[in-house]
Amino acid sequence: MLGSRKREEFLIKTIVYILLIVSSIIILIPIFWMLSTALKEDSEVYLFPPEWIPQKMYPSNFIRALTFLPFGRYFINTSIITFLSVVGQLISSSLVAFGFARLKARGKDLLFLLVLSTMMIPSQITMIPIFVLFKLLNWVDTFKPLIIPNFFGGAFFIFLLRQFYMTIPIELDDAAKIDGCSYFGIYARIILPLTKPALATVAIFTFMWNWNDFMGPLIYLNSREKLTLSLALSRFTGMYGMTAWNLLMAASIVVALPCFILFFFAQKYFIQGIVITGLKG
Amino acid sequence: MRTKMSPIARKEERYFYLFISPWIVGFVIFIAGPIIASLYFSFCNYDVVTSPVWIGLQNYKRLFLDPLFWQALKVTSYYSLLSVPLGIILSLIIAILLNQRIRGLVWFRTIYYIPSVISGVAVSLLWMWIFNPEFGILNFLLWKLFRIHGPAWLMSEEWVIPALIIMSFWGIGGDIVIYLAGLQGIPTELYEAAEIDGANSWKKFLNITIPMMSPILLFTLVMGIIGSFQVFTQAYVMTRGGPHYASLFYVLYIYQNAFQFFSMGYASALSWILFIIILLLTLLIFKSSPLWVYYESTKER
Repeated sequence: MLGSRKREEFLIKTIVYILLIVSSIIILIPIFWMLSTALKEDSEVYLFPPEWIPQKMYPSNFIRALTFLPFGRYFINTSIITFLSVVGQLISSSLVAFGFARLKARGKDLLFLLVLSTMMIPSQITMIPIFVLFKLLNWVDTFKPLIIPNFFGGAFFIFLLRQFYMTIPIELDDAAKIDGCSYFGIYARIILPLTKPALATVAIFTFMWNWNDFMGPLIYLNSREKLTLSLALSRFTGMYGMTAWNLLMAASIVVALPCFILFFFAQKYFIQGIVITGLKG
Repeated sequence: MRTKMSPIARKEERYFYLFISPWIVGFVIFIAGPIIASLYFSFCNYDVVTSPVWIGLQNYKRLFLDPLFWQALKVTSYYSLLSVPLGIILSLIIAILLNQRIRGLVWFRTIYYIPSVISGVAVSLLWMWIFNPEFGILNFLLWKLFRIHGPAWLMSEEWVIPALIIMSFWGIGGDIVIYLAGLQGIPTELYEAAEIDGANSWKKFLNITIPMMSPILLFTLVMGIIGSFQVFTQAYVMTRGGPHYASLFYVLYIYQNAFQFFSMGYASALSWILFIIILLLTLLIFKSSPLWVYYESTKER
């Protein structure tokens, strides 16, 4: 009896591994295909049947792709927008979250409910009036419309940080108050240092969203020298006449690379952020 | 609260509002104000250059007679109806497989999450190339493995939405991570007790896993539906709504009206309809949730 049960368990485990490995391969094929195309010679891209591994590698495709458009400029533009957005989001969301997590006030619960409910509002409903506002301010075709809104706290991050702050014992605040620490002192000297991992999660998600944002730059940026990487990449198609897929894939890899690198170094924070929002939502 | 507040409590309250002031200002400027303005624009003829002209319900009347509005609604619902539930089922299956006390768990989880790291335009371009009917890898594999002549995918009215649905499955890594964490949080005693009662795997899945996971499933369902109604980048970059409006996603149509035809009034009316649809769907899901969502702590609350 025991033997047959063991055999059954072994069989199940084997099936589990096979399914996991097959699905992993399916997930990885597009990435492999991206890399392989990026390294192919121009004519080899249009070979049928396609080669999995290029007959000869052409890493120079990356240089060709990057010099075809002023990618350096776009890289700097995207970095400026992303960096300032991260700074804005870190400051504003942590301040607001501190208020909600640590201070008592009438109407707090209702306000917090309002914060949460804004997460359900599709951005398309506010998009047009915000565009009109920025147009009146003469901010169209500048980076400001993409950066400034990040300085007013994001509902998602306020929620995430509040969850973290709630886990810190309130006695710490009380002790600090007795020592004459102000509310701002508690925020800066107790809460922030204790919740660095949470701040890292906020920084990473803000980075990803702004780095990859497409609709925002599409609406607000027009001048050739002000484009972001995503926007430039989307205009890349068809520029070579027949689409040069090897160069296009090379450029896509370069654009995605910072996110990849960030993921591999800070995977813990990615997972943490997703889990918290998913489980406590 | 009716008792008089102490000076300390009052000071604390003042500080509360000081700390959350960035959000209050942002809420007024970027959410509440724009929502009201958008409602007003939806009753106007507005091209941004000249000031809005009140035209009453005309935008909404036009909308009901606009075949492209119905097309956009159809396309988006079709996509949402398939990509969201199938995506949830797929991620749940993978999460359950990952939860079988396997080796290399972290590696597998990383692999499934990788596609979610690259998003937006780069992913759209990659899948355009994968779906390329002549030289793309997908049709090559279909032929090589199953001897099937693949369709023209993005260039086919019939296959463009299924193609985008397939593409959406590539990004289920986030859901897998959430489900895995949820599964790991289910107390093992529940399964052990069920085993003593002689429950088989299927019974355990149906009577323990699903109820325990239902709040998380509810959350991802709501977020998934909201997200699917807001698809834009793929449609703009990969198909521009084509061929022959077959992938005219709702938000793409809003974008075209607002920023290509400068019919801001009409676009506002369209976005209000979207808002109402999302609101109704969310409400419907929440209202039906007592029927299928199990909350462990309901009694304590």
